Amino acid sequence: MLQLAWITPLLPLAACAVLIFFGSALRKRIGERVGWIGVAGIAATIPFSVGCLVELLLGAAPVDVTAVWGHIGGRAMEVGYAVDPLAAVMLTMVSIVATCIQVYSIGYMHGDARFQRFFAYLSLFCACMLMLVLANNFVMIYGGWELVGLCSYLLIGFWFEKRSAYLAAKKAFITNRVGDFGFALGILVLFFYVPELHFGKVFAAAANHEIPLLWLGIAAFLLFCGAIGKSAQFPLHTWLPDAMEGPTPVSALIHAATMVAAGVYMVARLFTIFYLPTAEQGLPFGELFGISPLLWVGIIGLITALMAAIIGVVQSDIKRVLAYSTISQLGYMMVGLAMGPIGFVAGVFHLITHAFFKALLFLGSGSVIHACHEEQDIWKMGGLARKAPITFVTFWAGTLALAGIFPFAGFFSKDEILAATFHNAAAHWVYWVFFIGLELAAFLTAFYMGRCCFLTFSGEARSDKAAHAHESPAVMTVPLVILAVFAVFLGWVGSPWVGGNLFHHFVHYAPPVAEATHGAAHGAAAAAHGGGEAAGFSWLVASISTLMALAGLGLSAAIYRLNLIPVSWIKTPLYPLYYAARHKFWFDDIYEGVIVRGVVLLANILRWVDTNIVDGVVNLIGWGVRVGVATVCGFIDKWIVDGAVNLIGWLTGRVGEYGSRLQTGRVQEYISALVFLGCAAAAALYLAILALPYLEPHLGFIGVWFGR
Amino acid sequence: MTIPLLSLMTFLPLVGMVIILCLNRERHVNAIRGVATVFAALSFLVSAYLFLPFNSADSAIQLEEKALWFDAAGFVVNYHMGIDGLSLPLIFLTTLLTLLSVIYSWRITERVKEYMAFFMLLEVGMLGVFCALDFFLFYVFWEVSLVPMYFLIGIWGGPRREYAAIKFFIYTLVGSLAMLLAILAMYFTSQPHTFDIIELTNQKLFAGPFGFGVKHFWVATLAFWGFFLGFAIKVPLFPFHTWLPDAHVEAPTAGSVILAGVLLKMGTYGFVRVSLPMLPGPAQYFAVVIVLLALASIIYGALVAMAQTDLKKLIAYSSVNHMGYVMLGVAAAVGATVPDRYGPTLEVARITALNGAVLQMFNHGIITGALFFLVGVIYDRAHTRDLNSFGGLAKQMPVYAGIMMMASFASLGLPTLSGFVSEFLVFVGSFGVYRVFTALAVLGVIFTAVYFLWMIQRIFLGPLNRQWTELTDMDGGELVATVPLCFLMLFIGIYPRPLLDLINTAMSGLVYEMSQVIHLVQGWGMWG
Repeated sequence: MLQLAWITPLLPLAACAVLIFFGSALRKRIGERVGWIGVAGIAATIPFSVGCLVELLLGAAPVDVTAVWGHIGGRAMEVGYAVDPLAAVMLTMVSIVATCIQVYSIGYMHGDARFQRFFAYLSLFCACMLMLVLANNFVMIYGGWELVGLCSYLLIGFWFEKRSAYLAAKKAFITNRVGDFGFALGILVLFFYVPELHFGKVFAAAANHEIPLLWLGIAAFLLFCGAIGKSAQFPLHTWLPDAMEGPTPVSALIHAATMVAAGVYMVARLFTIFYLPTAEQGLPFGELFGISPLLWVGIIGLITALMAAIIGVVQSDIKRVLAYSTISQLGYMMVGLAMGPIGFVAGVFHLITHAFFKALLFLGSGSVIHACHEEQDIWKMGGLARKAPITFVTFWAGTLALAGIFPFAGFFSKDEILAATFHNAAAHWVYWVFFIGLELAAFLTAFYMGRCCFLTFSGEARSDKAAHAHESPAVMTVPLVILAVFAVFLGWVGSPWVGGNLFHHFVHYAPPVAEATHGAAHGAAAAAHGGGEAAGFSWLVASISTLMALAGLGLSAAIYRLNLIPVSWIKTPLYPLYYAARHKFWFDDIYEGVIVRGVVLLANILRWVDTNIVDGVVNLIGWGVRVGVATVCGFIDKWIVDGAVNLIGWLTGRVGEYGSRLQTGRVQEYISALVFLGCAAAAALYLAILALPYLEPHLGFIGVWFGR
Repeated sequence: MTIPLLSLMTFLPLVGMVIILCLNRERHVNAIRGVATVFAALSFLVSAYLFLPFNSADSAIQLEEKALWFDAAGFVVNYHMGIDGLSLPLIFLTTLLTLLSVIYSWRITERVKEYMAFFMLLEVGMLGVFCALDFFLFYVFWEVSLVPMYFLIGIWGGPRREYAAIKFFIYTLVGSLAMLLAILAMYFTSQPHTFDIIELTNQKLFAGPFGFGVKHFWVATLAFWGFFLGFAIKVPLFPFHTWLPDAHVEAPTAGSVILAGVLLKMGTYGFVRVSLPMLPGPAQYFAVVIVLLALASIIYGALVAMAQTDLKKLIAYSSVNHMGYVMLGVAAAVGATVPDRYGPTLEVARITALNGAVLQMFNHGIITGALFFLVGVIYDRAHTRDLNSFGGLAKQMPVYAGIMMMASFASLGLPTLSGFVSEFLVFVGSFGVYRVFTALAVLGVIFTAVYFLWMIQRIFLGPLNRQWTELTDMDGGELVATVPLCFLMLFIGIYPRPLLDLINTAMSGLVYEMSQVIHLVQGWGMWG
């Protein structure tokens, strides 16, 4: 299966092509069964991805296949795909989650006018995402990266009649472009030193010190800017909550499970570039602005995790709660990666588990919204537990996983990240900041998820729509159940009690060895180094985080379920923070008011400059020629070179008259003037050139003046 | 006897023109259209056939045709044609776009005979420019391409066609004259005097380090700036671009397509064919000016495009923006950088930049060509191009929306579409020479995304404007004109190798030759 991994992106792509070109015709023939074409495209990838995973688990060597994309000078630029454990777990995650979501969509999108188009876009997204995962070179990862952005744009704006939808789509694409500006520059910096596209070759060169450490650090930081955009990290996180304007399955697939995790995946994929400057200079402080690139990743991740969790607490739209929670969890993953090789596996593991339970939560929220007749405000819900029992149970499973309650999936992955920060804290005090910050975020996560669940499912219905809620059809609930199974049990593969942490042994980071033969650098180095050191399971950390999660859930239950504590007890003392959180810390206002308006204003000023100044000069010269030179030339024409020029004038006059629609006269004047000028200039030039050899020795003094 | 393929290809449209002129303007309207289409197609077929005898591994000029044209007392002018990896893609682009334009122009009903005749003549001029290897011939073709375009804008154009046509004509003519002076300067400097482009290049007139006070400094400078003006106006490089939006807005659809798709390339082609190989010293010396103007074209062009409300003007400014990338690559191919730093990778960077620039010429041709066709599609139906008057057309014209979005995304550099490949190559290459400037140029990519997405939003998204419920989707002729271009965008975007390798051979040779003539790593070091 490893050799066939290249097929995986093509299967959904084929489904997409069928749906784009024959979608409407097919829909007329077979109705909404057309959606199953999309499902078939992505479901067919599961055997391949699981096959790859199993083969690698059984000890097969990772594959890395390249083909020539083009030549530059004598160099071949190679592109291709690679499947190593990291890629394999991503592949498996993407294909399973995407299949569940596409099945669910058949129910969710029922009756939509552009039903087939939705599946075409989803399939295209899957193809691009799989390409991104399989890429072994900068062109393809950047390509997949931008293409998933395109799909995100198309799908957020799927209901493009809605103003909020298309504005959100545009915002998402442009915000991502801002991040990609950094990503592209990072690639440029690396290419500057190593004109290769293949990761392995670049890593090998980096390990051989062919790239100055400072510039490697700068490249890492710039690449991370791409991840900041794609993974909605501070300060480019504002597009993700708005992206919830898209249909809910899109939110689940793209804006929670897979695409937004691509930033984390990219950092993991290019970990060498992030890790080497750090490793070479010792933790924690490297050279870039006094801070190593990995620590930058951590700082941004931590700020994101906390900030988004705080905003999440005050949201009332169920999808926005989940969106902020996604941002926060992505911050978690970034902090995990920032902990170096021991955190690498933790970050990746959290990526995988999060994908399952966050997809579950979003689909659950979709089911809730569906049940409540398109109502999204949790304050207008309530009492759904009885009316939508499957949704209720599975949503709670996802919530407990997200909150990190033992033995749900989130517990193990989150705990590993915390354990990594705890482990590093022993080496340097600065990591206590990460540990405490993340524990706080864990508390907040549990709190807002508890709040969301209690308000939605418990108590009495607070609106007509909620009162008339109904459970969703099986095509929607079955995917929920499947994902819930993963949300409950997946964590165990990363627990110390299953194969001594199976995930750890499978996916780990090994730095490339200097002088490694390129191409096989990946696999060989990984094999030689064995597993990275593990932070290990710590009962202390586990108990603290469990305590935090229980406290968060408990507090939310006390406020929203049991009504023991009035909200004001919390809100009043923290009012400034509450106020700031309600306004999402004013990021949108600043961007909209300063940057967007500034650029539009600048554009309009430049347009004015262009028409009135740049073009004005041209017209002025034209006028000058017409009035000045043409008069003079007319004079000379008439009295000196009458015959010759008149002949030309007459000829051009004939040409001018030919286009009889055109007014004549002016053209004649212009042309005769120009022809004359040309002849005069040519003559002058000829004389000058003849004279130059004689003049040149005497012109040297000018050079002396300018101090040549 | 070998068939003179290049002459055949170049002059087939002339035959077509003669036949058209013999037909009756009233009775044979469809025959006129048919003849134009057939001869454009024949020329296209010959240009496609050229890929077979052409050896893409050879950087030398191929399929040469050389004959004495006239010899007036030592003033020797040859009929010299030939192509290499630089001109072949552009020739293919020219014949393809002309064919598609002629097909699209079947909908022209006014003075069809003249229209088609001018179109045929235009093709002769354009193909001649890309094939000619003698400056005299080159200049003749250069001017031949100018006249029909003047009439196409002036007769079949929009409301302000007279102003636009004259502005286009005079502005370009000024450039041509500057170029003529430069050609004369080259001619009189060469020993023996020659107009032959290859011969002039081989004479290495200005070899060695170039700077103030070296022998021939003034002649070389004069020649360089003469060519510069001629080519830069054509590109158009900021601040010589203002004829472009006027000409585009007023030109008929097919005229805009050819103008943006091919005529602009004549400028950048001139830089790569003439300025770089013949005057590498001055080019290196003054490259920083080109970089600055290219950067201005990129950023300024994008921002001004953003502020437009006329769809056609927006696309016109996007050309300024995108041709800026070409010029960035051209400047980086020769621009001086920090001495003795990154020697081995520097040459790779230069070749990459130049490959990107040439590929970008081709890609800009197909993408912007498609975009101008698409502007024509909507203008024919709505009789307005005001972006603010549209809205929600994605529902009314889904096929049109799909193709337009594809072309827009290709233009804004979405991977797997062709624009990305060339922009990527220009950037990675130029960054090896000018780090700061290239980083700023990459910023332009954000603005490009902004104005295209905003355009898409204003035309296609939102609720359908009631005014437009009568609009029909694209018809057969329009699809025939645009779908092949879309196919090419996708093909080159995914697998650029056939075209890229062809270009790479020629450009590697060029960079190698330039570094033989001058030492390419010295001079200005401030932007390393």
